[in-house]
Amino acid sequence: MMKPQNARGVPLKDEDLKVGKVLTTEWRVKADYAWDCGIAIGRYFDGLKEGKILATRCRRCRRTVVPPRIFCEWCFKPMDEWVEVRDTGRVNTFSVSYFSWDMTPLEKPEVPAVVEIDGCSPGVGFMHLLGEVGDNLDEILRRVKVGMKVRAVWKPADQRTGAITDILYFKPEEE
Amino acid sequence: MRERVAIVGVGYTSFRPLSPEVSFREMVFEAACRAYADAGLEPDRVGTFVAVSEDYLEGTSIFDEYVPDQLGAVLKPVQTICQDGITAIASAYLQLATGLFEVALVEGHAKASNVLYPAHIEAFAMDPVFVRPLGLNPRFVAGLEMRSFLAQTGNTEEQVALVVAKNKANALKNPLAAYPALVTAEDVLASRPVATPVKELDIAPFADGAVVLILARESVARTLKSQPVYIRGIGWMQDTPNLDQRDWSQASYAELAGRMAYRQAGIRDPKEEICFAEVDDTFSYKELQHIEALGLARCGEAGVLLSEGYFLPDGPLPVNVSGGSLGNGYLYDASGLRSVLEVVLQLRGQAGERQLPDVRVGLAQSWRGIPTASGGVIILSNE
Repeated sequence: MMKPQNARGVPLKDEDLKVGKVLTTEWRVKADYAWDCGIAIGRYFDGLKEGKILATRCRRCRRTVVPPRIFCEWCFKPMDEWVEVRDTGRVNTFSVSYFSWDMTPLEKPEVPAVVEIDGCSPGVGFMHLLGEVGDNLDEILRRVKVGMKVRAVWKPADQRTGAITDILYFKPEEE
Repeated sequence: MRERVAIVGVGYTSFRPLSPEVSFREMVFEAACRAYADAGLEPDRVGTFVAVSEDYLEGTSIFDEYVPDQLGAVLKPVQTICQDGITAIASAYLQLATGLFEVALVEGHAKASNVLYPAHIEAFAMDPVFVRPLGLNPRFVAGLEMRSFLAQTGNTEEQVALVVAKNKANALKNPLAAYPALVTAEDVLASRPVATPVKELDIAPFADGAVVLILARESVARTLKSQPVYIRGIGWMQDTPNLDQRDWSQASYAELAGRMAYRQAGIRDPKEEICFAEVDDTFSYKELQHIEALGLARCGEAGVLLSEGYFLPDGPLPVNVSGGSLGNGYLYDASGLRSVLEVVLQLRGQAGERQLPDVRVGLAQSWRGIPTASGGVIILSNE
């Protein structure tokens, strides 16, 4: 039986693009930004540099929030006061990630978690990483539980820059 | 008959070259608080929110997700559109006109100072296959258009320079403006060539700031303490993105958006029926081009009328009494909202030192900037 012509296409190879058999155009955009932190995040970062976690409080909604903001998004009034909260909290949820942000495969997985910070309203906290929780999935899943108590591990004071990375990670804390 | 829609609240920050003291959220919060106070409304009365933003200007992809908190819009219907401010008003207007909602909020802001290489972002808006590889500074588009406009209409470079002098002088009476100044047409003509015939002073410099407007159906507007300003007509239009296929001398998008708005407003002779206008002047020649496209002057006459004082605050048809973008600063897609803000303030009699006497009908027009040929037109009235 005669093979029908063009029944299957010819697959494109990476090489075809490289040698210009298939033409494309390329462009790299210089999309660089410097975001103004403003009042709330500016002061929050100042606090992190000093090893403190600062929150703001709305008395009407009885709500203490971190990262702080100058207005309450519930009642839409300015926040009433700044308070320092503890650098401990509980794991609200976590995941075990085998890829870095740019999809580079990781030997040792990262453990992103939402940490509810002690002193803030229930459910309020921030995204960070867990550390000292094991090097592989089995170890991590044995140690990390939703609701587990954690404590911040800070960079040495002279290395802090006023950024969320001034906290290296949160590690398990004895109950 | 369809129920009318009014602008019932305006809120704004001042416009300034830099704003490191506030985040974009804090800046928008200020404008939103003012708008709610001005309208005499609590955020829970607003049924729908429309914001304008462009991810590449915010530095965050899917920026629309970051809109609600600072507007009081958490867990409310929110829509962010990637167009200019007047098109956002059109969207809110339609949502009210359908009867689905009673009160809508429209927000636009610029943190232009946070974009470190704005020319690179503008270049990224060019066609990636045909135009970007030529490696040109995007402002060449304005150079091409200004030359064609002058050649086709007979307006002159000297007349275009007068636009800058007028608008920057108008801005001296606007406490919100970032770039008020006394400059002469000679100063403009002598400024550094950027993409000839466009020179440095012909270009509106960037500014940071936020504008929030609250809209309501007439039945609600009548119950509020603020003086309603009614939307009599609104139009928006988009021309081809291809630089080699558009009409370089005419602003067809403005002409057609204007016709759409005039038809709704029942306006037959804009020159006679529009009391004053805020038109886009991102580049000085655009003001004259837009004036002609909107029928506020005949083709080729805008420059002569300008030099005779026709568009000055005390002339028969004041244009950009606020100072325009040349005087206030260019707020990207919020620029159209800033123009609408001025029309509302004038129609309410709240424009302070620059208040125009006896104004009843005002027009605001927007252009979306290089390399676009799109924009909107809105006709507002205090009656």
